[in-house]
Amino acid sequence: MADKVEFELVSPEKLLTSQPVDMVVVPGSEGDFGVLAGHSPMISTVRPGVIDVYEADRVVDRVFVAGGFAEVTETRCTVLAEEAIAVAEIDRGKVEQQIRDLGEDLEDAKSDDEKARVEAKIAVARAKLDATGATTH
Amino acid sequence: MPNLKDLKNRIASVQSTRKITSAMKMVAASKLRRAQEQAEAGRPYAERMGRMLASLAANVQDSGNGPKLMSGTGSDQVHLLVIISSDRGLCGAFNGAIVRESRRQIQRLQSEGKTVKLLTVGRKARDQLRREYGSLIVETYEDVGRRKLSFADADVVAQKVLAMYDAGEFDVCSVIFNKFKSAISQIVTVQQLVPFAVEAQADEEAAGAEAKAIYEFEPDEEQILAELLPRNLSIQVYRALLESAASEQGARMTAMDNATRNAGDMINKLTITYNRTRQAYITKELIEIISGAEAV
Repeated sequence: MADKVEFELVSPEKLLTSQPVDMVVVPGSEGDFGVLAGHSPMISTVRPGVIDVYEADRVVDRVFVAGGFAEVTETRCTVLAEEAIAVAEIDRGKVEQQIRDLGEDLEDAKSDDEKARVEAKIAVARAKLDATGATTH
Repeated sequence: MPNLKDLKNRIASVQSTRKITSAMKMVAASKLRRAQEQAEAGRPYAERMGRMLASLAANVQDSGNGPKLMSGTGSDQVHLLVIISSDRGLCGAFNGAIVRESRRQIQRLQSEGKTVKLLTVGRKARDQLRREYGSLIVETYEDVGRRKLSFADADVVAQKVLAMYDAGEFDVCSVIFNKFKSAISQIVTVQQLVPFAVEAQADEEAAGAEAKAIYEFEPDEEQILAELLPRNLSIQVYRALLESAASEQGARMTAMDNATRNAGDMINKLTITYNRTRQAYITKELIEIISGAEAV
């Protein structure tokens, strides 16, 4: 495992991480995919979920992303995230509260458009909650 | 002969003006630094997005059925101009330049028989354009990024543009903003957002050999592009807002620097007049006393 892949996580507001790692697992919209050095070039959309960063077969970093895009080349894996937060920093209580609030919004939503938007938000929050669950169990 | 007391008051008032302008200059300088940092921080995302778009577009263009955001509606009858100005004044020619360019664009488009719609960001553009083109203004945004410009602010504007586009309310959308060059120089820039011109960005950002690599797409190109393009629009708006914020602070800093210097000059001049007048009074009094003494 001498070869490393350059992992970059970027949000619109700043470059969050840029570091060489052994492997990253990205939650693609068509299923999770692991990226090792020498991966064939690929562009994929990302669903809300957790990116696992591996260093010598061990997970060293878990980051939640609320969707975005991933670009993979042979030497690099770039994730353009819409929102990114380290799993360890997610506050379960807050997210649960957020889901409850959004549930109320959903009932208040008038148009289908609005409903769809709130539902998308709920899906993100649920995924966030799942992410924390995975670490505590 | 001018009144001594009046002169003194005048000097005091100019002095306090100078204090204010120099404080404003300092504030603008620190805000400018922050705005520049923010613009710097936002650059990687935009660059990578440009790279992705370029390789996607290259693939989709071959198939010839790109999404509407890229290929356009096939007409260019209705133009939407997004005009980015500031909420506050006292920043030199910043807003004036934007408004002047906007007027020029509006007149040009109207003389070509096109319909123009306006979306203004910031109070100043709205105030100055309202009288002439009030009926054209679709929506105005104020207090955008008052504290710190966030991506969500830009997204609000971008979503509005997208909603209008989906509803077929315009064909071509451009954004007019001040591009930051340096603290003393801002360039008014007109950039087309919709339909998205890939070529311009491809030259700039994705000239590297990597861009030519053949990518796999998951899901297919059209679907990714359909998600990426609205995102890209938000990013372009965000970047324009960031540039504009940095320019505003730069313009204000320069304007306030000039004002401070002018106030200093004025104080010097007034002080000289004050001293001359004082001496004149003293001389006059002395003459009076001496001639009085001689008369005795």
